[in-house]
Amino acid sequence: MSQSIPSQRQSTQYRSRLLQPETERSADTHPLTWRLRDDGEAVWLDEYLRKDGYQSVRKALNEGDPQAVIANMKEANVRGRGGAGFSAGLKWSLTLQGGDMPRGYLICNADEMEPGTFKDRLLMEQQPHLLIEGMILGAYANNSFYGYIFLRGEYVESARVLNRAIDEAREAGWLGPDINGSGFDFDIAVHTGAGRYICGEETALINSLEGKRANPRAKPPFPGQSGAWGKPSVVNNVETLCNVPAVILNGADWYQGLSGDRTKDGGTKLYGVSGPVEKPGLWELPMGTTGAEILERAGGMRDNRQLKAWLPGGASTGFLLPEHLDLPLDFDTVGKEGSRLGTGLLTVVPQEMSMVALMRNLEEFFARESCGWCTPCRDGLPWTVKLLQALEHGQGEEGDIELLDKLAADCGPGLTFCAHAPGAAMPLETALRHFRHEFEQGVGKPRGEAHEDPIPVGQV
Amino acid sequence: MAEPVSTSTLIGSDGFELHPADETAILEQLKHYEQPQAACIDALKIVQRRHGWVPDDAIPAIARVLGIGPGAVEGVATFYSLIFRQPVGRHVVLVCDSSSCFLTGFDELKQALVNELGVDYGGTTSDNRFTLLPVCCLGACDGAPALMIDNDTYGPVTPDDLPRLLEGYP
Repeated sequence: MSQSIPSQRQSTQYRSRLLQPETERSADTHPLTWRLRDDGEAVWLDEYLRKDGYQSVRKALNEGDPQAVIANMKEANVRGRGGAGFSAGLKWSLTLQGGDMPRGYLICNADEMEPGTFKDRLLMEQQPHLLIEGMILGAYANNSFYGYIFLRGEYVESARVLNRAIDEAREAGWLGPDINGSGFDFDIAVHTGAGRYICGEETALINSLEGKRANPRAKPPFPGQSGAWGKPSVVNNVETLCNVPAVILNGADWYQGLSGDRTKDGGTKLYGVSGPVEKPGLWELPMGTTGAEILERAGGMRDNRQLKAWLPGGASTGFLLPEHLDLPLDFDTVGKEGSRLGTGLLTVVPQEMSMVALMRNLEEFFARESCGWCTPCRDGLPWTVKLLQALEHGQGEEGDIELLDKLAADCGPGLTFCAHAPGAAMPLETALRHFRHEFEQGVGKPRGEAHEDPIPVGQV
Repeated sequence: MAEPVSTSTLIGSDGFELHPADETAILEQLKHYEQPQAACIDALKIVQRRHGWVPDDAIPAIARVLGIGPGAVEGVATFYSLIFRQPVGRHVVLVCDSSSCFLTGFDELKQALVNELGVDYGGTTSDNRFTLLPVCCLGACDGAPALMIDNDTYGPVTPDDLPRLLEGYP
């Protein structure tokens, strides 16, 4: 019996994978994934170098102009793939450098924990050198002397692969002093976390990196002015950094051209789908691909179910409807519909799913993961959960839905230190708008009759 | 939620000695950072790797090595969900309760885990083998519903898979 255990354990062991075979991917069209192997094994240094690896670093360091790297990134308009969509080039142009300013830090946000998001894991586990290459370019542009990959603690395999790749790169002279004979020094350490979604917020991440509780910091100063240990610090998502090498190698015009006339946002995007679809997965597609095209790649809804609603990019984005499936999924278009592109990984909701129950699940997550720093978030989110639990069981009171409206508004942008509470408010606000009747069905008691009290929140 | 454990069970009468190898490992981490406090989370994880959890008496011991106040270490140790402040079983089962898993069978999977293990969140089986905890999105949504046992991620996992999966962790 014990003999057979290892193979059985393998049978459901999770492995990150891309659902596009090598034959569909090329360097011209799939800058993020063309080097990935069909067998899903990591691309180590020898193979990476054979596939034009580190050419962008060679080029940028030979040219010797960090400002040109920033200009290229600005022109390409690479927008932050962690979900916020802020121009990476613009962010870099705001980093303090020169004069008496000490060299700072280049931090990769690899704290992938947004519910429904599983893209950065693929890049780190199968192509670690692309991230390292992107980080070297980022460090060169921002005059950073040291880099951290802030990795969530649960990504054990990512940590193993990244550490081995960093050792390989250092041994080959791509990290460390005088990189490739350029006189530029830069090295990277993997910093693993110990849980808590809030670590993905860039200022909370810096506090966590410094060995403190992951509470966000007030901005300004922005990290580019004063970040880790008071030094200029740049925080970029894994996928954002993985876009940099091809931009530097092929130029901004080429990058813009990748998305054709779908959208003014350039490049490609790792899009994906999860939930009850036939083939949940990940694909590298032109920026501005529609939800319908992505859902089709996923084989449609599982067991001929009907699509009721979908989240375009994680738990902190707003619900969209089937009628929105033909919109190009770029930052501005999705923003106009009262949602956000977020991480670009779709979560689909089938017709029979109760929106009240799903919202309860989402708000339990946000309530549990609140760091407790600001009142609307710390107190408002558990209150929201309590109301949703009551509505889910037909125990809601008259006025509860209006109270949820108000709680969502009170958690909106600008009322808290960071984007956690606004992220919790957006799915709630859109669910109340699109599916109000479902919430109304949960009102079973007249106003003033006490809720069963108190319903425990968070469970742990 | 598990009953709070009394302080007398948490703190051995002999106090807490940091294992020399752990102290060395913690000091090794310092070279990555500008300030020693940054190694705080690493230090807690190093202690936890040896003991399975972080007893109260380990806090001042870690603080001494890092040269910071015990309050700073305690603040961090109580913030992060993967630092355990009560004893856990030999294996920790982290079940993902986020949206994609919720949409693909989390409720059934969690109920099956509770039935199989005989404990709910925060509980440890009477043979001290498993502790069950929730975890936020494991980033394995294309393999939902997912869970982790120690360092291994599994998905998709059905209730029927559980007995043989758990069997791999004696």
